[in-house]
Amino acid sequence: METVIELNGVVAVLGSFPALAGVNLTVQRGEILLLQGPNGAGKTSLLRVCAGLMPIERGTGTILGIDLATNRQDIRTRVGLLGHTNGLYLDLSVEQNIQFWASTVGASKDEVANAMRTMRVDGRLAKVKAGQLSAGQRRRTALASLIVRRAEIWLLDEPHAGLDAAGRDELDALLRNAVAAGATVVLASHESERAASLATRTVTVDGGGAQ
Amino acid sequence: MNSAVTTPRGTGTRNTRILGVLTIILMVLLTFCGLIFSGEDINQGSTVRIMYVHVPSIWVAYLAFGMTALCSAIYLSGRNRSLIWDRFSGAAGEIGVLFVAVSLVTGSLWGRLTWGTYWVWDARLTSTAFLFITYIGYLAVRRLGGTHRQRARRSAVLALIAILEIPLVHFSVNVWRTLHQKASVADPNAKVALDGLMLFSLFLGLIAFTMLFAWLVIHRQRSLALEDAVADRGLDAAIEARREEATN
Amino acid sequence: MSTVSQRRRVAVAVARKDLTIEWNSRILVNQVAPFAAIVMVLFAFALDNDGILQRVAPGLVWLATLFSMLVVIQRTFAVESADGALDALRVAGVDPSAIFAGKSLALMVQLFALELLLVGTAVVLYGVNMTLVGFAEALVTLLAATVGLACVGTLYGGLAGGARGRETLLPLLLLPVVAPVLIGATRATEAAFGSGGTKVSEGWPWIVLLLVFAVIFAAVGSVAFGPLVDE
Repeated sequence: METVIELNGVVAVLGSFPALAGVNLTVQRGEILLLQGPNGAGKTSLLRVCAGLMPIERGTGTILGIDLATNRQDIRTRVGLLGHTNGLYLDLSVEQNIQFWASTVGASKDEVANAMRTMRVDGRLAKVKAGQLSAGQRRRTALASLIVRRAEIWLLDEPHAGLDAAGRDELDALLRNAVAAGATVVLASHESERAASLATRTVTVDGGGAQ
Repeated sequence: MNSAVTTPRGTGTRNTRILGVLTIILMVLLTFCGLIFSGEDINQGSTVRIMYVHVPSIWVAYLAFGMTALCSAIYLSGRNRSLIWDRFSGAAGEIGVLFVAVSLVTGSLWGRLTWGTYWVWDARLTSTAFLFITYIGYLAVRRLGGTHRQRARRSAVLALIAILEIPLVHFSVNVWRTLHQKASVADPNAKVALDGLMLFSLFLGLIAFTMLFAWLVIHRQRSLALEDAVADRGLDAAIEARREEATN
Repeated sequence: MSTVSQRRRVAVAVARKDLTIEWNSRILVNQVAPFAAIVMVLFAFALDNDGILQRVAPGLVWLATLFSMLVVIQRTFAVESADGALDALRVAGVDPSAIFAGKSLALMVQLFALELLLVGTAVVLYGVNMTLVGFAEALVTLLAATVGLACVGTLYGGLAGGARGRETLLPLLLLPVVAPVLIGATRATEAAFGSGGTKVSEGWPWIVLLLVFAVIFAAVGSVAFGPLVDE
């Protein structure tokens, strides 16, 4: 087993508020880890720390063997984060959005087309501006952008939110496929039944710590 | 987590108190030399006395901004990135802004008496005004929030950009004035023939103000360190409180 | 670290993305350009003298450019933060210097279009006459000034656009820095317009100043954009 995420006593602050108050967490390659916990427990911050977005104030951590304290930039190229926001440009069409993310990593046109088909945002939807999509459609577009990123660790914040039943099935299949291809998934979700059936392990986050 | 074992009751130490007392003595001496002992200038009369405050102020301002840039560079290049350099940069930046303001005010008062106007579009005046605004921007960026390290990195980078930008602004303002319109005022210092006591007063001013600057910057750095320590201690408490939020 | 070709690819992608957003939303055409034009009209109200207007037309063109630029820069970073795209860009591990290059490039194109419009407005509204050489010099001035403005604008725009409540910081940081551009570009444009009897040949040294500024801030921006924007 290869450890892809290792956090020891990690504290991360938002302004002066300790969103994470000493988290210990170890994740192995190939896991689908579910983060559970009440609102404001620190799930989102935990995902952002793992993505190399939030600096850590105390403690140590490595992601894919890379030190979180010194080299967050290198971590970012290898993980993918779907946060509360979708990271879309509202004035760009679905296809233009995905194409943009594809071009930042040098993904091919075929990969874009595949990703769009997988998340069912091809066809008529492809030409619609992201600002005019429904919440679920935006989520699908964001997931499609994530697919073309070819991340080694998928960090997903409430990925099921806004998706219809069919969309949730597709998302589950997508994540299982990603893991089968060697990726690791960490997701935070309130849809506990749904997510628990998908997850290989569950961790409870509360009070800025993880058990 | 530079948690001091015993909380210092102030920012003063024996050494800074000695420095402070010496500064006061020199300031008193400067007051006497500047206002009473030194003579009037042939052309400017008593107006020349403003120089004993004005010149040291702008000198301290330049010293302070130089120190801001230097400490920022040290912060960014240091391996362990000690926050003390960031606090020295910030302290020097604040004091620099203060002394630029003093030199602008004393300068324009002197201008009113000598030229009959508070402001002329002289290259030196104009670029000093830019210096003032630039470092007000620097201080604004320091207050943007975030963690100590975020503040330190952001403001250190900005301080280095500022030190690059100043010569450029100064150069272009200079060319703007000299090419566009013949200087309407002669160089203000050229007219002053300094006798021995005047020169002594001026040097006294430079030394006294430099000591004042040192005293201020040391104390300000320490009070900033205390502010950071309070924030850190607050963080410790906040982490405890945060852990207790856990329901199990 | 990413290679040069990767960085170039990302820079082009970012620039194309920003220009596509402008093409799709037409904010520059529908809102900023009319704003710039009305500023030119307001200058005429304020000064109320044809002779003076003709004389100070170059300065007014560049003042209007600076004001409009503030609006454009705020817009280009609002686009990034509206749905967390800047976060997404950061997580994407995209090299900050490539983002800087891409966004500066897109800003250059938009600013250049805006400046052409403003020069046109000055010709029509303020009665500016240009010789052919003067016109060429005006074009070179616009190009040189635009590169510098776009680079320094992107640099500080990124710092000021990183979080809510920072919008008001942009003018404070940006306007003092661009003073050399305002001075250089205005003098060069005066030479191009022949305002106040200035000869065309007097403009070229100022264009050198503009180029120096552009080179310095292109270099500073590529290095400093990352640390300033990244938290």
